[in-house]
Amino acid sequence: MPNEKVNILKNILSANDQLAIQNRQILDQHDIFGINIMASPGAGKTSVILKTLNFLEGIACVGVIEGDTAPVTIDADKVNALGAPAIQINTGGNCHLDSVMIESAIKHLPLDELNLIIVENVGNLVCPSSFDLGTHARVLIASIPEGDDKPYKYPGMYRGADVVILNKIDLLPYVDFNEEYFRKGIELLNPGVLIFPLSCKTGEGFSPWISWIKSRLSNNK
Amino acid sequence: MHELSITENILNIALDHAKKESARKVTDININIGQLSSIVDDSVQFYWDMIAKDSICEGARLNFNRIPGKFNCLDCQKDYLMGSEPGPCPSCGSYNIRVITGQEFQLDSINIEK
Repeated sequence: MPNEKVNILKNILSANDQLAIQNRQILDQHDIFGINIMASPGAGKTSVILKTLNFLEGIACVGVIEGDTAPVTIDADKVNALGAPAIQINTGGNCHLDSVMIESAIKHLPLDELNLIIVENVGNLVCPSSFDLGTHARVLIASIPEGDDKPYKYPGMYRGADVVILNKIDLLPYVDFNEEYFRKGIELLNPGVLIFPLSCKTGEGFSPWISWIKSRLSNNK
Repeated sequence: MHELSITENILNIALDHAKKESARKVTDININIGQLSSIVDDSVQFYWDMIAKDSICEGARLNFNRIPGKFNCLDCQKDYLMGSEPGPCPSCGSYNIRVITGQEFQLDSINIEK
């Protein structure tokens, strides 16, 4: 039986990437800046989002998309309690959000009223990095108790980040965390990436992070 | 972790191209995996056997072509190969580096019978 080779050379996640581009176009048409927040479970994704919503009150109109693996609405409820629209995605055990899930979620947000959408990805330092969602910036939250070696152990995630938040800096006096070693690991993978050390507990360090978001928002709304 | 969705993507792209070529059977799936790509090929193989069943891709061999991680030092301009994990430039110690290869995750080609 003759065997024939068919050349393809296509990125395996190209279907996801194509849809991500469409999602980004939808956000652009509505002058919305999109942020994809990724971190391990317990790094403080929801806490950073809630605190950010507090700081942005009266400044930005924010919608939030919450991703979780289980059918819970804990995070969306917290966001709604602050008066911001939130959509909860339950991935049914899947380890990451993808652009299909975001496409259906943004349809349920009042896009004409928003200028910022924050997506909270599933807590995981591996899989979410492979899936573009169609946001404009990938923000990785690291936290002091996780340890200073995470950039070395999860290079895919750190290499793909546009911004790194180092959360829980109020715990620095109690934890052996070598910030220089941590920063070197990031510099190695992702030279020049913005790093914002902050604490949700005390509010320390939030001001530069909030300024960065503000600098990205459209003034058309 | 996300090998199931990745394997589904591989199957979809392969079936798409096989149909265009009016293939009767797909015998080989040739995949490029860069050293920096966090994909476990054993897991892809595991899911492949399940999801390719009853399609013209059933029984196709998965061939993984591993592409080594290669960096370029932006300070001394030298290229170097990655060891077991990313490291600074071995010539000048700089951390100011960029990835040349190693991030690939592509379906390179398929072999078919008509």
